[in-house]
Amino acid sequence: MSIVNSTRRIAIVCAAAAASFATETAAGGHGIDLEGKTVEWIIPFSETGGSAKWANFYAPLLSEALPGNPTVVVKFMPGAGSTKGANFFQEQNYEDGTLIFGSSGSTQFPYLLGDPRVKYEYSDWNVVLASGTGGVAYLPPDLAAEVAKGGASAIAGEDFIYGSQGATRLDLVPLLAWEMLGLNVEPVFGIKGRGDGRLMFERGEANIDYQTSSSFLGGVVPLVEAGTAFPWFSFGALDGDGNIVRDPTFPEMPTFKEVCEETDGCETTGRRWEAWKAFFVAGFPAQKMVFLPNGAPEEAIKTYTEAFEAVKSRADFSEISAKRLGKYLQLTGSEAQGALASATQVPAAAKEFVVNWLNERYGVALN
Amino acid sequence: MDMLPTAIPALSDAFGMILQPIVFGYLALGVCMGLAIGVLPGLGGIAGLSLLLPFMYGMEPLLGLALMVGMVAVVPTSDTFASVLMGIPGSSASQATVLDGFPMAKRGRAARALSAAFVSSLFGGIVGAVFLTIFILAARPIVLLFRTPELLMITVFGLSMVGILAGRVALKGIVAACLGLLFGTIGEGASSGALRMSTYDTPYLADGLKLVIVGLGIFAVPEIIALLRKDKAISDRAPLGGGWADGIRDWWVNKWLSVRCSLIGVMVGVIPGLGGSVVDWIAYGHTVQTAREKSEFGKGDVRGVIGPESSNNAKEGGGLVPTLLFGIPGSGSMAIFISAVALLGSGQIEIGPSMLKFNLDFTYAIVWLLALANVIGTLICITASGGIAKLTSIRFALLAPLLFTIISFAAFQSRQDLMDLVALFGIGLLGIMMRRFDWSRPAFLIGFVLSDPAETYANQAVQIANSRFRKGFNEGIEYIFSPIVIVLILVTLAAIVVGLRQAKNISPEGNIQSGSKRAPLIFLLAILGYIVAAFWNASLIPDFSSADRVFPRFVAFVGIIGSIILFVQMMMNPEAHALFSDREKQDSDSNGYGLWPTLAWFAGLLALTSLLGFILALAAFLVSFIVIRAGKSISFAAVYAAAAIVFICMLAYLLNRDFPAGLLQSLVDLPWPLK
Repeated sequence: MSIVNSTRRIAIVCAAAAASFATETAAGGHGIDLEGKTVEWIIPFSETGGSAKWANFYAPLLSEALPGNPTVVVKFMPGAGSTKGANFFQEQNYEDGTLIFGSSGSTQFPYLLGDPRVKYEYSDWNVVLASGTGGVAYLPPDLAAEVAKGGASAIAGEDFIYGSQGATRLDLVPLLAWEMLGLNVEPVFGIKGRGDGRLMFERGEANIDYQTSSSFLGGVVPLVEAGTAFPWFSFGALDGDGNIVRDPTFPEMPTFKEVCEETDGCETTGRRWEAWKAFFVAGFPAQKMVFLPNGAPEEAIKTYTEAFEAVKSRADFSEISAKRLGKYLQLTGSEAQGALASATQVPAAAKEFVVNWLNERYGVALN
Repeated sequence: MDMLPTAIPALSDAFGMILQPIVFGYLALGVCMGLAIGVLPGLGGIAGLSLLLPFMYGMEPLLGLALMVGMVAVVPTSDTFASVLMGIPGSSASQATVLDGFPMAKRGRAARALSAAFVSSLFGGIVGAVFLTIFILAARPIVLLFRTPELLMITVFGLSMVGILAGRVALKGIVAACLGLLFGTIGEGASSGALRMSTYDTPYLADGLKLVIVGLGIFAVPEIIALLRKDKAISDRAPLGGGWADGIRDWWVNKWLSVRCSLIGVMVGVIPGLGGSVVDWIAYGHTVQTAREKSEFGKGDVRGVIGPESSNNAKEGGGLVPTLLFGIPGSGSMAIFISAVALLGSGQIEIGPSMLKFNLDFTYAIVWLLALANVIGTLICITASGGIAKLTSIRFALLAPLLFTIISFAAFQSRQDLMDLVALFGIGLLGIMMRRFDWSRPAFLIGFVLSDPAETYANQAVQIANSRFRKGFNEGIEYIFSPIVIVLILVTLAAIVVGLRQAKNISPEGNIQSGSKRAPLIFLLAILGYIVAAFWNASLIPDFSSADRVFPRFVAFVGIIGSIILFVQMMMNPEAHALFSDREKQDSDSNGYGLWPTLAWFAGLLALTSLLGFILALAAFLVSFIVIRAGKSISFAAVYAAAAIVFICMLAYLLNRDFPAGLLQSLVDLPWPLK
């Protein structure tokens, strides 16, 4: 095995050298031309997940916008909670701009938490798009009525059941939020997707839940209209300065920050808050990103960035993307780099807090 | 039912939408593609829909729906070909069809079995559509009645089908089911992510084994190897003429069975969370339990084909309910369907709770497109069945390499890892041994399929019930013992009692002579060894992850007790007892080749793949197999290999997949498809 590895390493070094040589000769051009080529977009999940939906939405638009109109195919590489596909991408070097990678919050979280399976390093990659989303927590009518009267403290004695996919996944954000509000929420693990969590809520087995924005619009709004569910708060969105503000998709809802400020014992400063905020930023406002591999030259990054900008500036973009992705920022260029930085560079104290909290609260031993 | 006034105009709108020539054309196109995908074992709706997905963006919604529904609807129809003709479960929907369909093919009745299956599929599909047209309006509150304890009980009911499929020695069937359940727990636990029988250094196992690989390994590999050793055609006699008309007559005689199984299919399909992967087994169990004369089951009884096939197409209709009404996919292909529909047109159709309100016409259009696709698919399949059934009269040595190529490719789709092929080979070896010593493979597979729902629902139900009990004793009891749960408990008990009493008559592995004591005893000890290891491994899971420990420990405990009783029985009984069934003894006259030399061919393919990558290894394997084993000329072998490789490359190209890479590929950069 070690022989294979070292030969492979030599091969990679050679390839990298060749690539950098190619870069030098090509320098001076303006962007790359992908005519007649096929761009492979690796998604480290199965065909059936939310990332698949996102990539399938962008793929045909990207194909139209890239110079030379290459075919863009989405390639699914599921395994080990997306770390397999990400590890694979880490081993790839830039060749001709026909390989891109789509990461998600489920790729970011194990990286932040120091999962032993993670062999990838975000800072090696080149971000060209960052797509955000939001989340909304909601309650059954009777509990929502109590909250309306007495705030979060009014339901502090309630036994909450929540259908969860796992404490180390995106669910970490709502679970920590509820705990900060003093709620006694018991996660029931083993559900396969947030849709199953909503079903558990509809069956009356769970009495608290959250959904990402697009799922909330599609799945919970009808329940709200029927009076069987009430939205409580959104997690919020980030403004240009990194402050949490109201979610543009749900401007009428208070943010978690507002609810927290009104609740005794919940503080919007300190280690716990910083930890929550760090993981919220990693999981929601920059949830899905598109990367070029290690060693991508400036003009390739520029070409892709321009292509995504062209997609964004389509006359019908806000209409079609609002339906499929929700009204969220689709960041490119330096904004995308800023989003990447805030999503993958969590302060050590925040990471330590969450790792300890997961261990004490759920017995999750990382490392 | 207050929706009835809006339902009738919506229904007529729906028919207006469907009955346009262009919609019909797209539907037929989808059906043809679905049939082509379904024929290949191991590839199903997920592969087919992924193929269509790139074309869905901005497509006229109705045409896109026709294309996709046509594709999804007929996969469980055409996968019957592989189940009946080759004994290979084409997809999880037609595993039970293998039990009687394949023995019929061996007796030269392939065409009859196929046409009976297709008519049953058609009928099931239409019953499903009619039922849904009415039920969909009232479905929401009914589906919501099925909470976790109810889902758990349905899973347990599914497991009780092991009783009837346990084989001549019921205890062996139960231990086989325990083994299947334990194989299903391999990898990360659903509750707290504790690893069972795997480590992070074995990432392949940590993700758990996939149904495609286990299904192909446990059924397909043993049958292919067994047929190859005999080196004859699949059918041991000349095909009977005019078989397809007999099949339709068979269906007509058993039409009420078909009605009942269709309803079972549609109702189990409606319940989200089970994915319908057990529907065919439940239908098979029902067929056997309600039949008066049972001695032919497992040996080629046409009712064993009609039951499961009626249920599996009806299931597709039922599976639309959670998908359309709740936006929760009942299966992998439905998950892609949901995201594909969002790409259609300007995205005006949104699958989910608002479907009935805003898109009732589209809802009905989908339901009836499904029925229509079944009609078109059945007509095409029945027309083709006579011709395709002739495959059973081809010398198997010429068919086997191609089959191995296809199932290796299908297995590789699950994780795109060389380990997929290793797992296929390993599970295949287990399947061969289970077949040899008459351990019920259906029982193993049912255990595997239901392992995850059984564990997850059990853990969740316990957790939620605890929370209810904290609120009050009555609240807890009401939660656990709802009327539906009580009914399901009674039905399950009845199924177990009836099943075990009848199991002796039904041998899913056929009648097998007994051989010497040694080999069956060694196999039992090997199984016991694995179960003990699994028990010990689960015991190492620390307390804070105890939810991931309880289930495997409990199952392993039952398995250990069962194996020990079997061991004692083996010690006390003479060699002629059914405990010592050994196919090697029975088939010793008809086997032209040994097991190990035959298996060595495929081990060779695997080893070569790890060195040269799949395509180069395949070329070497196909040419040398055809020349050495099938005794054909080099030029024949070259043409055969070239045709097979072109075919598999086409398939991979369409699905945008690479092949397993070997050592060579890590050293040299090769162009596709060699890379």
